[in-house]
Amino acid sequence: MIEGAKWRRWAFFYIPLGAFIFTLLFPFYWMLVTAVRPDSELYRPWNAPNYAPFWTAHPTLDHITYLLQETLFSTWMLNTLLISVAATLISLFCGLLAGYALSRLKFRFAGMLGTAIFITYLVPQTLLFIPLADIVRNFRLGDTPWALILTYPTFLIPFCTWLLMGYFKAIPRELEECARIDGATRWQAMIHIIFPIAVPGILSAGIFAFTLSWNEFIYALVFLSSPTEKTVSVGVTSELIRGDVFYWGSLMAGALLGSIPVAFVYSFFVEYYVAGLTGAVKG
Amino acid sequence: MARVVIRDLNKTFDGVHAVKDVNLEINDKEFVVLVGPSGCGKTTTLRMVAGLESITSGQILIADKIVNELPPMDRDIAMVFQNYALYPHMNVYDNMAFGLKMRRFGRAEIDTRVKAAAEILGIQAQLQRKPRQLSGGQRQRVALGRAIVRHPKVFLFDEPLSNLDAKLRVQMRVEIKKIHARLGTTAIYVTHDQIEAMTLGDRVVVMRDGVVQQVGEPLELYNAPANRFVAGFIGSPAMNFATVTIAADADGLLWANNEGIHIKLPAEVASRLRKHVGENVTLGIRPEDLRVASSSDPADVAFDATVEVVEKLGSEILLDVKVGPSMMAAAVEPTVLAKVRDQLRLALNPDRLYFFDGPTQAAI
Repeated sequence: MIEGAKWRRWAFFYIPLGAFIFTLLFPFYWMLVTAVRPDSELYRPWNAPNYAPFWTAHPTLDHITYLLQETLFSTWMLNTLLISVAATLISLFCGLLAGYALSRLKFRFAGMLGTAIFITYLVPQTLLFIPLADIVRNFRLGDTPWALILTYPTFLIPFCTWLLMGYFKAIPRELEECARIDGATRWQAMIHIIFPIAVPGILSAGIFAFTLSWNEFIYALVFLSSPTEKTVSVGVTSELIRGDVFYWGSLMAGALLGSIPVAFVYSFFVEYYVAGLTGAVKG
Repeated sequence: MARVVIRDLNKTFDGVHAVKDVNLEINDKEFVVLVGPSGCGKTTTLRMVAGLESITSGQILIADKIVNELPPMDRDIAMVFQNYALYPHMNVYDNMAFGLKMRRFGRAEIDTRVKAAAEILGIQAQLQRKPRQLSGGQRQRVALGRAIVRHPKVFLFDEPLSNLDAKLRVQMRVEIKKIHARLGTTAIYVTHDQIEAMTLGDRVVVMRDGVVQQVGEPLELYNAPANRFVAGFIGSPAMNFATVTIAADADGLLWANNEGIHIKLPAEVASRLRKHVGENVTLGIRPEDLRVASSSDPADVAFDATVEVVEKLGSEILLDVKVGPSMMAAAVEPTVLAKVRDQLRLALNPDRLYFFDGPTQAAI
């Protein structure tokens, strides 16, 4: 908290904080207002006499109803959920073991391997999707959830590995040594001691991985084509923009509903998430 | 209860020879302290006994069984770490019970043992707390408790008191001593603090640069150090050293001389030094063997000194004095009224002089 005169607190704390919150939350507000605004208001020119862009006098659920009944939105949500959860679990599992090994085990080329994994994360998806498309086609996975479940880990595993590696390095080595003297094998020490302590790190890696898969666009756009297989990010944009016609109300309703699960996950684990990012292990 | 034998133990890390040909026999129920400056290989030696570090060459035997290849869990040892290494997600009870659970002890047996250990250490009231809710001293007690409950063959201590404040350290030192007296388990204790080593150890092992310098009972190290390093390391304040030349006079008596010192050596010392006549050797005098000279002190056991620093400790006064070219510390009676830049005459106890060979630094 800023000490001193009242104006200092306003100038250096409340006003910047307010501006920050406003900037962060305005897009959500805009999505909400647009989603409940009737078409007659949505397509009114900006210089019309009763133009009111920031609120609506006649809220309607038409767009949301349209989204839920006339499109495959619920299917896309389910697809996205399934793909994100599966890709996250696979990546977390691999990331946990790889992160542990790279931070704790002594073996040849460990450092090089860590760097190599990191480099794979730096290859942009916009380049990687071309060879991946070929692989997906060869394995006949195109237009199935597996196309995404198996390709998302290409960027999620390096990410999880590095995040967890840093976290494991912060856990004192003695804890594990003590457990091993106490009678635990390396596996038992890992499962009973290291992983429980690393829960904040594991959760933040999981939340990040989940968010990244939930929001992913390019792979989903390239590897999936039938409307029933699509994810939310691709489904909403491809089915609600027809030619040059934007169904703004339903688009925004889709965006709003589509962001709820991620917001929910974040709010639920926010404490662990912060602890995971700041890497706090107290003995 | 077990004997620990270390034979020709060596350890190299990436080309650094950290432990060199260490040989040590630790008897059943003995409390042995490894002491030395940081980087002397004492912790590495302990970690090899624990099985946390691989052995480059040599053998380690616990209870007459070679344990070189045994994982830590099968060596039946318990270790207390400097940073306590308490499991932060478990409460005190579970921390102490973990080792027993891993070894599949029954619930009732675990409960009995944990409560007994908690009673010995006076932490019954903290059993349900998490480590972060405890003070440094309590955490160290829990770490000790975790070692005790297992009834291991050997206790290993890796600088367990270094993170505690001075007062608590003294208190815990006494406690460790009591616990050892009560349980009688063989113990190996690593520290860089020579006072801890002297007060705790049945025997003390002084190490330097991976090599054992001397093994002996505390007073043996103090009274008969094997070389200059041990002499300087054991004892506080540290022993004074000065380079002197050994000279023989017409009567065949030996003298130790330098620019500030001219002292006659007693016959017993002289016999050992006779073959060093004409050579430069290192003279060692403990600060507590120096006193302010009185008129009755003969001139050949005294020398002039200039006071540079006066440290009043209460029970004694430490004088840092300049004697010829070298600096010395003298622990004198608290009644001495010395001021900075005073000229004093200091007398020494001729029977408590140490001499070390110039090139080898070994005791003569």
